[in-house]
Amino acid sequence: MENVAALSVLLAFCAAIYALLASVIGRLKRKPFLIVSGERAVYSVWVLISIGSAILVYSLITGDFRFSYVAQHSNRSMPLLYKFAAWWGGQEGSLLFWSWLLSTYSAVVVFTNRRKHRDMMPYVVGVLMCVQTFFLILNNFVVNPFKMLSLEGSITAVQDGNGLNPLLQYPAMAIHPPMLYLGYVGFAVPFAFAIASLITRQPGDAWIHTTRRWTLITWLFQSTGIMLGAAWAYHVLGWGGYWGWDPVENASLLPWLSGTAFLHSVMMQEKKGMMKVWNIVLVSATFLLCIFGTSLTRTGLVSSVHAFAQGPLGKYFVSFLALAIAGTVYLILDRLEYLRSESQLESVISRESSFLFNNLILLASCFAVLWGTLFPVISEAVSGEKISLDAAWFNKLMIPIGLFLLLLTGVGPLFAWRRTSSESLRRNFQWPGIAAVVLVGALLAAGVRSFYALISFGFCLFVALTVLMEFYRGARAIAAKNSMNLLRATYELTHRNTRRYGGYLVHMGIVLMFIGFTGAAFNKSDVKEMGVGDVLDLSHYQLKVVDIKEGENENYQWHRATVLVSRGGDMIGTLEPEKRFYKASRQGTSEVGVRPRLNEDLYLNFGGMSDDGARAVIQAYVFPLVSWIWIGGLVLIGGTLVCLVPSKVKMQYARTEVVGITRKYAEVPK
Amino acid sequence: MKKYGKFAALIAVVIGALVWLASTGVSETKTYYKTIAEVGQMGDKAFEQRLRVAGDVASGSIQHAKGEVLFTLAQDKQELKVVYTGSDPLPDTFRDGAQALADGRMGRDGVFHASKIQAKCASKYEAKPGNLRAAPAPPINKS
Repeated sequence: MENVAALSVLLAFCAAIYALLASVIGRLKRKPFLIVSGERAVYSVWVLISIGSAILVYSLITGDFRFSYVAQHSNRSMPLLYKFAAWWGGQEGSLLFWSWLLSTYSAVVVFTNRRKHRDMMPYVVGVLMCVQTFFLILNNFVVNPFKMLSLEGSITAVQDGNGLNPLLQYPAMAIHPPMLYLGYVGFAVPFAFAIASLITRQPGDAWIHTTRRWTLITWLFQSTGIMLGAAWAYHVLGWGGYWGWDPVENASLLPWLSGTAFLHSVMMQEKKGMMKVWNIVLVSATFLLCIFGTSLTRTGLVSSVHAFAQGPLGKYFVSFLALAIAGTVYLILDRLEYLRSESQLESVISRESSFLFNNLILLASCFAVLWGTLFPVISEAVSGEKISLDAAWFNKLMIPIGLFLLLLTGVGPLFAWRRTSSESLRRNFQWPGIAAVVLVGALLAAGVRSFYALISFGFCLFVALTVLMEFYRGARAIAAKNSMNLLRATYELTHRNTRRYGGYLVHMGIVLMFIGFTGAAFNKSDVKEMGVGDVLDLSHYQLKVVDIKEGENENYQWHRATVLVSRGGDMIGTLEPEKRFYKASRQGTSEVGVRPRLNEDLYLNFGGMSDDGARAVIQAYVFPLVSWIWIGGLVLIGGTLVCLVPSKVKMQYARTEVVGITRKYAEVPK
Repeated sequence: MKKYGKFAALIAVVIGALVWLASTGVSETKTYYKTIAEVGQMGDKAFEQRLRVAGDVASGSIQHAKGEVLFTLAQDKQELKVVYTGSDPLPDTFRDGAQALADGRMGRDGVFHASKIQAKCASKYEAKPGNLRAAPAPPINKS
């Protein structure tokens, strides 16, 4: 069976190379049959990788411990979900997973475009298969997941495996990597279309229209993945944080930032024909950052708490990135003339300008995060000393950037195209502005002194009000015209232009998340060694330990404290923080006790037993407003889904476009 | 070209502010990676800079005392006594034999005062490539 798996992945490698060559040569020599056979080869790549993956998953589930990968990442006592999740729990398996996702995406692209974009598709296939070939090289020759355990020349097995890292044995974590990978891999598609349209000098913006949905879905996966990662860190790591600017976290944020910039700047190209070069640069950068992010966790370039082991992968990723960058830069420079902008900036207070600054800030933050992440490498190269920057540096830089972006979220969509009159400025911003100032004044009076918190709350209210006013104004107009109630009219309004109002919802989600982030300015915490009967006062809570238990099951040993929570003498609940020690991997994890409420979370962690074994070390935290991060995340996901629904009314853009439309459905090139 | 002047000015202001924030931030939070041997050779400079030292937690060296944790980091036969006084809980992965990163300052008493500890389990998240052959547990006897 292991031979079938290894062989099918090897064949997939050959098929990918064939698809690449057949498509590109077929296009150059104008041989339609060769092109079609190249596309068929894409399907076969998918089938072959699927076979390999299925066998790996089957061995993980049945516990075939002759496989070195299975022995390291699965064991007998693990629940089924985590046996399956072990597919992406380790280096070799996760790269196979990457390959499989890419082949799936490629097959979907080929299928959905089988009658469209005939002149462009061969190159799209070519680019996708280039990437696929690279990953299959890794799968086959560098980190093969089908290595067997051997002893003195014969294949052997172990009794039981190490099991998946217990930190990863958590539902959100089981689906966090696939979400993130779906996001990472997905950007290969818009990238492939962008490159193909550059190579063939496509007139018009066909690649943007085709990939808009791809980009949105991919972005949605990425956002979800990042949110799940944050939620996982909060609930599992036991330090109560959701973001620590660790290199691996940064790796997932980088393409998200540039992808967000891309989602905004394509609107400039669609509506005004501007920023064409910029969009190609952005989509390429996003894709390359995805590859970079994949490599960062695997090559040991930067030390991180949750990186994979250092391996031989570094040079492969570096060469691939270098080749891809060189190719993209050459193509863009060679075809600059074709990318010329169709209009110009006119006024600083205009929609164009707000897009420009949105992009500037997103890209600046992306660059800053990249810089901070790679600082140890850069400083070592420049001065010979390895210097690292910690979370304080990132916060110092990213808080102002974030606040500026938050402000743009509110004002940007309300500026008119070209230039904005002072009358419209006053109409849109007068009341939100006044309300925000009043709020900041009230908070000051209430004793809030944190500068950033004041600014952030002010901006949050301002942006929330501008968004709500947009909905209200539109809905009121529709309600009056069609005599509907306001709720129905809001639905109608959103349905008429899903992109616009879905976008507003996403902005609203961002606002809610910022409210949650800002709560961190008011965190409180305390640590105490507590025996049964001891009491700890934190903020307005009294925490009383009533029981400390220990026990074990086949997967892990545990210690658990039962803590009664009361406030002002009233009992309000019981929390049971727990410490686990997994036997197979000999590693501990925390199961925190959280009392989530909209205004604040009470968060208890079982730090460990005291040295005499009689008392428990209890870490208690109060995190104000943190729930709003998760709520905001859900609103953001909902908003993105709304954007994906086709608008009821087809929007006609004022911009004329003669070429392109007709050639969009062109036949197989002669 | 004149209308681009305003844009250029605004962009310059934004980028300037960011560069200023970034560069002042660097001098405040930068931490030097040093090996245990290098810390020993730094002399007086070791007391002035924030350092980050990596090593394996020596077996049996972890002692919990009131409000602090004492342990010894070892790397290439060099040892360094570390006292952790931070308020955050130690990571779950921190135990005998784990690879740990201690972040803090060297004390005049020869003990490294760490304010932050990161730990990576040596046996897990991924065995080092060299350890791959040393498969866990003895093989099944096929008799």
